[in-house]
Amino acid sequence: MSKKPTCYDEMYGPDGAVRPGYAGYCEWYGQQDVNVLRRKGKEAEGFFRTTGITFNVYGDDAGEERLIPFDMVPRIITAAEWRKLSRGIEQRVRALNAFLHDIYHRQEIVRAGRVPERLIARNAAFLPQMVGLKPPGGVYTHIVGIDLVRTGPDDFMVLEDNARTPSGVSYMLENRETMMAMFPELFSRLSVCPVQDYPRRLASSLAACAPSCAGERPVVAVLTPGIYNSAYFEHAFLADQMGAELVEGSDLRVVDGRVAMRTTQGYQPIDVLYRRVDDEYLDPLTFNPTSMLGVPGIMDVYRAGGITIANAPGTGIADDKAIYSFMPEIVEFYTGEKPLLQNVPTWRCSEKDSLDYVLDHLAELVVKEVHGSGGYGMLIGPTSSKKEIETFAAKLRAKPYNYIAQPTLALSTVPIMTKAGLAPRHVDLRPFVLVSPKGIEITPGGLTRVALKQGSLVVNSSQGGGTKDSWVLED
Amino acid sequence: MGMLGRTAKGVFWMARYLERAENMARLLDAGHRMALTRDAVISQNEWRSVVETVGQTAAYKQSHGTYTGIQVWNFLLREKGNAQSVLAMIESARTSARSVRTALTREVWEAINESWMTLSAMLAKPVREVSLGEVLATIRRQATLVRGAVEGSMLRNENFNFFRIGTFIERGDNTARILDVKYYVLLPSLAWVGSSLDNVQWDSVLRSVSGERAYRWLNAGAMDPRGIAQFMILDRRFPRSLAFSMDKVRSNLAGLAHQYGQETSAHEQVRASGSQLHGLSIDGIFDDGLHEFLTQFIACNRQVAQAIERDYRFYA
Repeated sequence: MSKKPTCYDEMYGPDGAVRPGYAGYCEWYGQQDVNVLRRKGKEAEGFFRTTGITFNVYGDDAGEERLIPFDMVPRIITAAEWRKLSRGIEQRVRALNAFLHDIYHRQEIVRAGRVPERLIARNAAFLPQMVGLKPPGGVYTHIVGIDLVRTGPDDFMVLEDNARTPSGVSYMLENRETMMAMFPELFSRLSVCPVQDYPRRLASSLAACAPSCAGERPVVAVLTPGIYNSAYFEHAFLADQMGAELVEGSDLRVVDGRVAMRTTQGYQPIDVLYRRVDDEYLDPLTFNPTSMLGVPGIMDVYRAGGITIANAPGTGIADDKAIYSFMPEIVEFYTGEKPLLQNVPTWRCSEKDSLDYVLDHLAELVVKEVHGSGGYGMLIGPTSSKKEIETFAAKLRAKPYNYIAQPTLALSTVPIMTKAGLAPRHVDLRPFVLVSPKGIEITPGGLTRVALKQGSLVVNSSQGGGTKDSWVLED
Repeated sequence: MGMLGRTAKGVFWMARYLERAENMARLLDAGHRMALTRDAVISQNEWRSVVETVGQTAAYKQSHGTYTGIQVWNFLLREKGNAQSVLAMIESARTSARSVRTALTREVWEAINESWMTLSAMLAKPVREVSLGEVLATIRRQATLVRGAVEGSMLRNENFNFFRIGTFIERGDNTARILDVKYYVLLPSLAWVGSSLDNVQWDSVLRSVSGERAYRWLNAGAMDPRGIAQFMILDRRFPRSLAFSMDKVRSNLAGLAHQYGQETSAHEQVRASGSQLHGLSIDGIFDDGLHEFLTQFIACNRQVAQAIERDYRFYA
């Protein structure tokens, strides 16, 4: 390596020695012709185009489909690292579900004074319509994505919880397919935990959450906003892989107290709806009255126990970054255990002392909107100009409760393939978690997102990030 | 349980768009060949009849005053103002395919996606005469690849049946239109019916349905308008004839009835028009008027399509 990374590199130690998890890979890599590898990288792009693994970018040329850049160097996690991580993830997801159940029922955590009431009651993501409603199977977050970052050998921290509609799992699956097609010999040399049964697990996890009115084989459907949605490929992919119907709002209506889809043989009831449509658009009779994407009356059916909606409406409150700052308390309150996974230290700008500190240190902090996502509307102090910081400070003063701040983390790096050979880039990791009354299942690995620009900390695909295949090695 | 009505619609229309794009390529090929063997005036008439065949005369006249080959083929292949261009149809086919992605095998989807990628690159710039042949061949080849993927990889269930019905509804319609327009162009008055005709012109008609070799083989090279009409309308061996298309629509509708356990009004309609076709001879058709016959066929075909859309709940 020509340049020593300034932060934790997952492949090489500070002395340039290969870390144990990467030993097998590096041995193989040393035997390869770099030009051949690069050519294979180009082939992979062609493969993605043909299979149509694209996402639509909002605001750009209407309907333009783009590829998320794929890097051919895997991100490797050892079995021991993964065991530790998955225990922490399971604990956190258990707590998230308990928290959601609680805030829509007795709000014990508020009564206990552990989370301030205003954060719940005045939160736009809190849905009063969900109060007292018991979702089938008692599950709120059927599918969760936990965004993790790493800053040291044993330091994994949760950056964000995605309890609303975590996306990206199709990339996890297609990245693995691509790697197996490109480098079959790697998979015969190294034992990598498989991820391919995710769709089957998802289908059975969703079926296990079916309402009591469902038959022996519950009917599962994926609800998509349609082909112009940025994640349409993923919706179609998952429906296809699960053998479920891919439906749009216009296919559905309430018939005899059930949500039913229009088939060539008339309306057929659906038991479980894996919806990739936001809460707001789910039911024009309950939420946004202008929505064309949802099903009028679906919330009435839901209240009556006639359908499972995954994830449950109102789970977005757990994604809120102000709630996030209370996650250590939340985990402890519901599990009675110390959190196994740490939060990133977070200043709530709604608190005066914190706000003052944040305003004084903007140049070194990352400031995010509490409801924001996708890397939009945030400030990264160290890479921003004076002018940008001043503009942001004005926004922050005007609506302090709308922001939280975190230190700029030295995210770990993993090498990517560049024209000049391997070069370190910052990464994060989104493992995918399934929740049903049968239990919690975590797919080994997840989606590694990588900032392709040298030095950049922004891994979001909408902002020039790419992805890597993520390997968990078997013992 | 049946498939989603919207999905059935998507598969049906995807097949129609693909078939229409492919037939357009054949028609342009025949038109081009014809124009090459004629003088300028006749050549203009030939191109005009191509535009007329696909029902685009009004749209064409909005932006063009004359019918030169390069104008016509660019209009029909790729022009922005033409919502029925080959490029627009390939895009529509791919959009339909994307919206029904789960009803297609990976092979079929990839074939359609590749067709779209190949043809949108090929048709990004105006097509010059020197590359016309290659462009038209590519369109036909891509459509063939998709059809092959459907044949080779799709389950023989409702998805397959809706694809086939879409294909043959469109094919019957297209062949009937070709015959109808050519009939007018070649035979300005009924007094000409059955009289001696220019072999080159009839050859061009056969070429526009890729039937010239089959016809010559069956008829030892003799060109005769009645024989050609018989071949294109009634010959059940020829995969682009009206009778063949109607038969396929009927058998695939029967597949649906078998799977769903019941027939619909579309079945009655197609049986009625099918039996009508079975009882006909080419002399009878000429006696009653070929144009009248074709007009009626096109209308019946459309009614069958509408009955299918209604009976199988394509729309909410």
